[in-house]
Amino acid sequence: MGIFEVKNVSKRFGGLQALDNVNLSIEEGTIHAIIGPNGAGKSTLLNCFVGKLMPDTGTVEFMGKSLLGKKPHQINQMGVSRVFQTPEIFSDLSVFENVLIPCFAKRDGSFELNAFGSVKGQKDMIEKAEQMLIDVDMIDKRNDMASAMSRGDKRRLEMAMCLAQDPKLLLLDEPTAGMARADTNNTIDLLKEIQEARGITMAIIEHDMHVVFSLAEKITVLAQGTPIVEDVPENIKGHPKVQEAYLGTAN
Amino acid sequence: MDAILLQVLNGLDKGSAYALIALGLTLIFGTLGVVNFAHGALFMIGAFCAVTLQKILNISTISLDPTKTDFLGDPLKIKTPLVETWFGEIAGQAIIDWTVPLAVLFSIPIMLVIGYVMERGLIRHFYKRPHADQILVTFGLAIVAGELVKANFGATEIQVPAPDLLAGVTDLGVYLGFDVGRVAYPTWRITFFCFSLAVIGSIFAFLQFTTFGMVVRAGMADRETVGLLGINIDRKFTIMFGIAAAVAGVAGVMYTPIKPPSYELGMQFLVISFVVVVVGGMGSLAGAVLAGFMLGILESFASMNEVKSFFEMLYLPSIDQIIIYLVAIIVLLVRPRGLLGKAGVMED
Amino acid sequence: MLKLDKKDAVTFLFVVAITLLAPFIMNPFPTESGLAQFNAGYPDLMQRFVIFGIFAIGYNILFGLTGYLSFGHAAFLGMGSYAAVWMFKLLTMNVIPALILSIIVAGLFSLLIGFISLRRSGIYFSILTLAFAEMSFRLAYSVLTPLTNGETGLQITLKDPRVLDAINTTGHQPVTSLFGLEMRNTATLDIAGWAFQFNVGYYVSAVFMLIAFYISMRIFRSPFGLMLRAIKTNQTRLNYTGLNSRPYTLAAFVISGMYAGLAGGLLASMDPLAGAERMQWTASGEVVLMTILGGAGTLLGPVLGAGFIKYFENIFSKINDNILHSWFSFMPESLETFFTTIIHPFVGKGWHLTLGLMFMLIVTFLPGGLVDGGTRIWNRIRKNKKSSSSAASSTEPVE
Repeated sequence: MGIFEVKNVSKRFGGLQALDNVNLSIEEGTIHAIIGPNGAGKSTLLNCFVGKLMPDTGTVEFMGKSLLGKKPHQINQMGVSRVFQTPEIFSDLSVFENVLIPCFAKRDGSFELNAFGSVKGQKDMIEKAEQMLIDVDMIDKRNDMASAMSRGDKRRLEMAMCLAQDPKLLLLDEPTAGMARADTNNTIDLLKEIQEARGITMAIIEHDMHVVFSLAEKITVLAQGTPIVEDVPENIKGHPKVQEAYLGTAN
Repeated sequence: MDAILLQVLNGLDKGSAYALIALGLTLIFGTLGVVNFAHGALFMIGAFCAVTLQKILNISTISLDPTKTDFLGDPLKIKTPLVETWFGEIAGQAIIDWTVPLAVLFSIPIMLVIGYVMERGLIRHFYKRPHADQILVTFGLAIVAGELVKANFGATEIQVPAPDLLAGVTDLGVYLGFDVGRVAYPTWRITFFCFSLAVIGSIFAFLQFTTFGMVVRAGMADRETVGLLGINIDRKFTIMFGIAAAVAGVAGVMYTPIKPPSYELGMQFLVISFVVVVVGGMGSLAGAVLAGFMLGILESFASMNEVKSFFEMLYLPSIDQIIIYLVAIIVLLVRPRGLLGKAGVMED
Repeated sequence: MLKLDKKDAVTFLFVVAITLLAPFIMNPFPTESGLAQFNAGYPDLMQRFVIFGIFAIGYNILFGLTGYLSFGHAAFLGMGSYAAVWMFKLLTMNVIPALILSIIVAGLFSLLIGFISLRRSGIYFSILTLAFAEMSFRLAYSVLTPLTNGETGLQITLKDPRVLDAINTTGHQPVTSLFGLEMRNTATLDIAGWAFQFNVGYYVSAVFMLIAFYISMRIFRSPFGLMLRAIKTNQTRLNYTGLNSRPYTLAAFVISGMYAGLAGGLLASMDPLAGAERMQWTASGEVVLMTILGGAGTLLGPVLGAGFIKYFENIFSKINDNILHSWFSFMPESLETFFTTIIHPFVGKGWHLTLGLMFMLIVTFLPGGLVDGGTRIWNRIRKNKKSSSSAASSTEPVE
């Protein structure tokens, strides 16, 4: 029994069967990658995990509780954080404030009318946010505007924001998409560090094979909305079904 | 039955005006992605094209008639409009009588130019800015337009009569088997309704059957893709803005005999037109037209005495004053995308 | 001090000083001099400065922090005025109960309207508030005439019950007061050629403005304020950070609605009548302009914007052709006529034209408002100094 269980999930858009009876189980403390050629249904699947889409059939359970019908903020409060393809950060706020917000969200829940307390008076929150920035090596950029960061730093910042909430499951949607090789390798190292230090369960959706094989302990291959193979990386590489799925496309 | 028919008719002419303004708003929003708070002002400017033409046509030469005297005993002054001097008395009077239809022709080039200048000079710089900025800058423009008109034409409403031929009343009821006089309806309003249908029809036909229209429709669906095809979409959108301005303008011209225009006309119609657009569904042309007519008819039903007294029992007197807003709020809450709106367009 | 950090405390003291000394500061020209027309130190105008300051400070909490553009806040101002006048009619001419009711009524209505409008965001939200504003205006103007006295506006009369006040035997209209201290009382201090006016109504309003400003300062520095700013920059991330944006925006909406109610109540306290035209959505446009002119999202901006607009409204409206001619009389006649003709449409009754143009110019060229423009100029000057001295290299923290 994994920490994250997906059973018989199907989703149809008009005439297109985007997801067809997907089953998936993610073990606690592992990095699990979901790969597949373009249009295999990876993004649709992720959107079903986080409450953006409602599957037609099936269940999505996290630690024994259903995620279906819940709003993104409720799912997050249960301990699921998400990293986006293009980093979603608070561009008009400082790097420090970016990390401070998830710290408050973790402590206060989805809404707290604290209109008279001073942010500067919350010493424990400030310490925690600073520690996060130290962890991702960004403490020297504390007071910079988030919008002024490089693409790689924005990704780091987003990771710090997710980690500030001590998530139990981290969903990563193509975390290295559009990155230069050096930034990609940095991100891989960062994710490895986090995994070693905190043992957070991660689900990565990716089509960059280099990233997947450097990180994942288990890989699910998705093709035309169905998982065709699930195995450890060594066995995926030469698997005939995987080759067929990828060679069948322009990839 | 005849009373109901009469209310439907009453609603149609208001609805036509709403539909025409909302159609232009939707065209602009759909193609350019801009929320134009100055669209009511374009309607108002159109109406003042008619006022201006009326003034021009009535420029007169004054001559003295020695055979007659006025009440002070001086020779009577006779004003002869220039058009009568040029085209002869009968033709000249006919031209003055048909001011409003002529003003439609007069206003089209003016409105196209205004639309073109507005888009190139101002709106273009706001494509990438937040919607709030677009709203605010066009709101400022609407104030400026209103005030300029006020400075030139004064604050009072100005009458522009319909041609004599169309100024009377048509007894529509007779054709439908009612008694004489039961469903009598001003002829000009019928004319206005038919005119609106023609305009709406030609816009739809234009978008449906011409290459230009096809590109614009594709652009409304997905602006970036069409840009990638190498079609100069920006220029087409500029022309589209001009057309939307012209539609609002001619609607304003034709509406002058129904409601004498003042500088406030634009703001009066603006709020309702926006309500119409969102009820119809932001970005849906058919929705804008449908909602325009629906809300117009609804408003006229709410002003029936029977309906009013019913709502008075519910402690809601003068329901006709607020019915459109009530309905709009309910629609937006129950069906946020509007009646015919596409999913995903401005849903958040 | 007052739980503010040093920089904020200085700002606050600065605002307090300006507000309390306003009768001097706003009155720089001697009464007899030709420039006296540019003075702003008379009670009626100073009252409007602070009252519209309150309105704009509140609006800024919604628009400046969350970015939600509402066209409905003039309606709350109007409701506040109606509530206050009803208190004057029924209970007492003391302003305190009237102001309390204004805030409560505006708060309740903003809760209702905000709850519905905030189910949508972006332009849908703006249009919903627009629809509500227009509906409120029509309700006040015609539908609810028994409550609002329709077109004429709601006024106090001699026959009103005023259960808490002593029976009025003077035969004059009673006046608003704060426990007997009449709002219209003005003490005049004559020094040399100057006449400084100290008005009770102004100081009462000013105290409320200072409280309002202080509260807004605390909100800006609070975790709540941080969340509101986060909503403006990225709502998706906020939701995926486990925060529900709707209660935050609703709270901001209600707070700004209550500010508007207080401003409306104060307007009625200075002059006890309430009319529907205060509620028109175009009147909401004015508070939007005050906020962005000063600087949306900044602390001082809205107060600055409100003062700026009310001052120029007053000055511009007073200028007529005679004054214009006297200004340009030193020029040859043709030039004089030329300048008067050019300026004429923008002054006197043309104030709204100026307002509309200002709206367009500010949004187009200075979306950050005066405060932002000032900061940019200041930074440029400092940068120039720094690069010329070339010694200092340390960057100062932004906070």
